[in-house]
Amino acid sequence: MTPDISAFSLLIGAVFTSNILLANYLGMCSFIAISRDINSSNGLGMAVTLVLTITGLINWLILQYILIPLGIIYLRYIVFIVVIAAVVQMLEMIIDRLSQSLYMQLGIYLPLITVNCAILGVALFIEIRQYNFLQTLAYSVGSGLGWWLAIILLAAIRKKTDKSPVPEGLKGTGITMITIGVMAMGFLGFSGMLAVQ
Amino acid sequence: MNKGIFIENVWRSNPIFMQVLGICSALAVTNLLTNTFTMTIGVTVTTGLSSLTVSIFKSLIPRRVRMIIQVLIISFYVIIVDLLLQTFFPDISKSLGPYVGLIITNCIIMGRAEACAISSPPGTALWDGLTAGFGYMAVLMCIAFFRELLGFGTLFGIRIIPAEIFLPWTIMVTPPSAFFLLGIIIWIVKPILKKQGVEV
Repeated sequence: MTPDISAFSLLIGAVFTSNILLANYLGMCSFIAISRDINSSNGLGMAVTLVLTITGLINWLILQYILIPLGIIYLRYIVFIVVIAAVVQMLEMIIDRLSQSLYMQLGIYLPLITVNCAILGVALFIEIRQYNFLQTLAYSVGSGLGWWLAIILLAAIRKKTDKSPVPEGLKGTGITMITIGVMAMGFLGFSGMLAVQ
Repeated sequence: MNKGIFIENVWRSNPIFMQVLGICSALAVTNLLTNTFTMTIGVTVTTGLSSLTVSIFKSLIPRRVRMIIQVLIISFYVIIVDLLLQTFFPDISKSLGPYVGLIITNCIIMGRAEACAISSPPGTALWDGLTAGFGYMAVLMCIAFFRELLGFGTLFGIRIIPAEIFLPWTIMVTPPSAFFLLGIIIWIVKPILKKQGVEV
């Protein structure tokens, strides 16, 4: 759609104006389940950013050099999801070997990521918007950072709402949804800054 | 077909009320009823058929790799849905964008496959998958109804509120409204469920 947009504004845009979670609703499931606790939110956010960057680039390469030349683009869903599952599995093994402390911090969240819609969503957005390599890199990193930022913010707010007098029926998921809504409104304020679609 | 499963899946343990599962792939298309309807039909069909398939082949699937096999079965049906949409409804397919593909990562489908299909006969599994889809559809259509009515003054693209007296609610067109509406729906539904003795 906008092939001439610079990589830098794409990065900033992906973090703020079109936050993958708050504007595109992707990655909600693990977002709501994990955001009770700041430490695990941080770990998951880091893991998502890492996996997003790697899979975004690999999927772009596969798309450009295998799927498009062979004309089998309709197989992209299966290919993307297999790549994501394989990358997550390999990362888990590599991190396990390299550093036990990092594994404790990141490794336990990795299996959750395979079914995180944000990862597949970014791969599909990259395909639809026809980004080039640099744009793909910027968009993947930016989306990961945006997701990370959103989950930490929500975890911090939820710490407060857990202790607040919330109406009976709204307790739990209800108030969480309303909170995310308010956050999304806040992020909407950035949309004047940059228009990235 | 079994009525108990229908009530259980659509009302008593509707995946959206209980755990807010599976909204990732569909909340984004709730701004227009037509899109939501197409999308949720896609989810329902995929859930039903993949539950059926998992159930038929359950004795052949090794336990250790069952997740990846389930994902492959689901992607197979999603590709079919996507190709059908592209052929017969190219406009809707275009406006749904990447969200059709994202049905694959919808937690409800995996959830039904794991919770029911892997241990039930094919008929039950199919019905269980379809009803889970209906429950999901009911909630999302409800959200889309308000977003389209208040955001555009239309329903299924047909003008309901005359343009002269209609003041569009800009918030309903933007992403936050879906979160608010979902929160409000949960707020309304939870006390009713509690009164009926369902553990929420």
